[in-house]
Amino acid sequence: MAFARSRQTLAIAGALGLALGVTACGTGNDKKSSNAGSAECAAYEKYGDNDGKKVTIYSSIRDIEADRLDESWKQFEDCTGIDIDHEGSAEFEAQLGVRVDGGNAPDLAFIPQPGLLKRFVDAGKLKPVGAETKTEAEANYSPDWLKYGTLNGQLYGAPLGSNVKSYVWYSPKMFKDKGWTVPTTWDELIKLSDTIAASGTKPWCAGIESGDATGWPATDWIEDVLLRTAGPEAYDQWTTHGIPFNDPKVADALNRAGTILKNDKYVNGGFGGVKSIATTSFQEAGIPITTGKCALHRQASFYANQWPQGTKVAEDGDVFAFYFPAIDPAQGKPVLGGGEFVGAFADRPEVQAVQTYLASGEFANSRAKIGDWVSANKKLDLANVPNPVDRLSVQLLQDEKTVFRFDGSDLMPAAVGAGTFWKGMVEWINGKDTATVLNGIEGSWK
Amino acid sequence: MEFDFIAEKDKFLMLGYGLLAFVAVVGGLLLLLDVVPSWFARRHEAKLVAASASGAPLPRWPKQREGLFALFFLLPTLLLLAVGLVGPAIRTTLLSFMDAGSNDWVGLRNYGWMFSDPAILRVLTNTLVWVILVPLVATSFGLVYAVLVDKVRFEAVAKSLIFLPMAISFVGASIIWKFVYAYRGDDQQQIGLLNQIVVSLGGEPKFFLQESPLNTLLLIMIMVWIQAGFAMVVLSAAIKAIPADIVEAARLDGVTPWQMFWQITMPNIRPALIVVVVTLSIATLKVFDIVRTATNGNYDTSVIANEMYNQAFRYGQNGQGSALAVFLFVLVIPIVIYQIRNLRQQREG
Repeated sequence: MAFARSRQTLAIAGALGLALGVTACGTGNDKKSSNAGSAECAAYEKYGDNDGKKVTIYSSIRDIEADRLDESWKQFEDCTGIDIDHEGSAEFEAQLGVRVDGGNAPDLAFIPQPGLLKRFVDAGKLKPVGAETKTEAEANYSPDWLKYGTLNGQLYGAPLGSNVKSYVWYSPKMFKDKGWTVPTTWDELIKLSDTIAASGTKPWCAGIESGDATGWPATDWIEDVLLRTAGPEAYDQWTTHGIPFNDPKVADALNRAGTILKNDKYVNGGFGGVKSIATTSFQEAGIPITTGKCALHRQASFYANQWPQGTKVAEDGDVFAFYFPAIDPAQGKPVLGGGEFVGAFADRPEVQAVQTYLASGEFANSRAKIGDWVSANKKLDLANVPNPVDRLSVQLLQDEKTVFRFDGSDLMPAAVGAGTFWKGMVEWINGKDTATVLNGIEGSWK
Repeated sequence: MEFDFIAEKDKFLMLGYGLLAFVAVVGGLLLLLDVVPSWFARRHEAKLVAASASGAPLPRWPKQREGLFALFFLLPTLLLLAVGLVGPAIRTTLLSFMDAGSNDWVGLRNYGWMFSDPAILRVLTNTLVWVILVPLVATSFGLVYAVLVDKVRFEAVAKSLIFLPMAISFVGASIIWKFVYAYRGDDQQQIGLLNQIVVSLGGEPKFFLQESPLNTLLLIMIMVWIQAGFAMVVLSAAIKAIPADIVEAARLDGVTPWQMFWQITMPNIRPALIVVVVTLSIATLKVFDIVRTATNGNYDTSVIANEMYNQAFRYGQNGQGSALAVFLFVLVIPIVIYQIRNLRQQREG
């Protein structure tokens, strides 16, 4: 009896071993061989001999945008033999910390918040860029941009993609039909809003719901207005806590934004009253423009991807964007924007090669050609940017007169910039007064 | 969308490895559990046979070896508990006495922050409201329903109706209820059930999820909707387990339904009732998904688990996040002690 049973177990063990052995042989070996040496690969020779090496990248870019990234560096991969393994995650900001702390850091990460970048630099996890990357980045990006990737005098990340946030979306068709013109000053903007309101349509639509990032579109509003009323120096002091968060200048900016966002005559076209801004998702917030229920929607360049299929995004099309006008002419032409920085958690030669390539003009042009992408890279050729809004953004970013400032909430410590500031804006829209909201945020900034 | 098996082969391979690893580990363990004791048993058997043949006194199974056996079987569990539960618990406690980056000791500062910051105090009050209301309402509803549908026609159908929401995840249920509470302007078609009712009664549409403290109650409603089925099923089973002779004797004595409930049903289902309340209390203390999905903790609806996640993983405030986690742990302990005591009493009684 006992003997029979142990024979049975032996058979199970044997079957297990066999199954393990079979799958061990199943692992495919599909390493691509590089075609270094061909004519189109000449430009990539400077990245050195890293054939067969693998570089992992972690970012918040997913789906079609991720496919486009893969396509944009395909030639680089083919020529250098470096295999770039990109992984996008919707939980990027939270998961990057978990992965780094867990000893499972990616080689490179596209970090959209300089505040987050600083956290990893302070923790000693991020490596400063190599000499070649530094040269490339300094040649291609303005000091305005590089300063956001620089800490303690060291450059930790070169910029990659960018977006311009100082836009108001509108319908050129609707404007033409009604005889409205695109405003170029703040006063014209308010006058136009009054005209539209008098015609029975609520002029503005807005929405700040965005899952666990709810509130961010409102922070952009405030930053855009503050940059215009108080100027870039005050703005820099505010984002670095040189002046308190509840400084009178900030209160002024909030109140001025409130003349639009908290004005029941102006908002929320197509959705309801002021409070509906808090529950309207940012993705659908501008859509009423296409049905004529709203005329103006302040949102970044990337909103171009949100329009329903078949909407023509062009200066003579169904929708387009104009520059959110300056308020105080003395403060120049302020542009608020954002972008990612390519930070490295490893300094192997192939990692630095990829980092250098991503800072180069070749990459910027290769990625731009595929569409829906903007960069502040100076080598980016306008002819390679197919989309009219993106072309407008590149022009704005490359304009000498432009005073560029990075999205302030991304510069602040995460507890404020991605925490109390967002939540404070939700409360502000939901009816809390300016002073209470600002004092609350200031209290959370330690 | 087309699904390309070839392109996804890496993932399938990974799945295959995972399954094989699982089979290997579990199979290996089973094998070990089968072979080792049977080997000892056979040796023991052989000794017994030898002893009986020679007429010597029968050897006894040594006590010491029994303890060794127990340890051998407990070892994997102890190891996994130590690595997966005890270790992290100790580490979290230590982190709660350190600063945001877990570099320097800060004493009780994080706990001081927790009990002084008005936003966090609000979070603690909300959690208290949750942990009082959910077990109370869900259990009462489940109990009343179980008593009412007991032995009526279509009992099975009536019970499944209440039990069905149990099959829906917290996130799924929150999305469903978000639609129930949804707001649209009064010049538009309402898509929310509740606001449609309000509008058809001639009222103005309301921002249900934005009005504190009503919104917390509305979120609690979601959890009650999901959990009432659990309470109902357990309590219904307990009611059915009441010995028929007791019920019959009570009937013969001429009890009213009211007396039947309080004097016969309640004392008999008390153990099941305690299990339900305790389980629901612990589940409620941990509630996270509902708040995150429905309001993301905005409009004064946040609870401890959400704030803990935000502080530790989104704001990079390890110390404050850990302090909240420890506090949550401390809150669960008395409930667990109560439950264990009750189990002991039952076993002895």
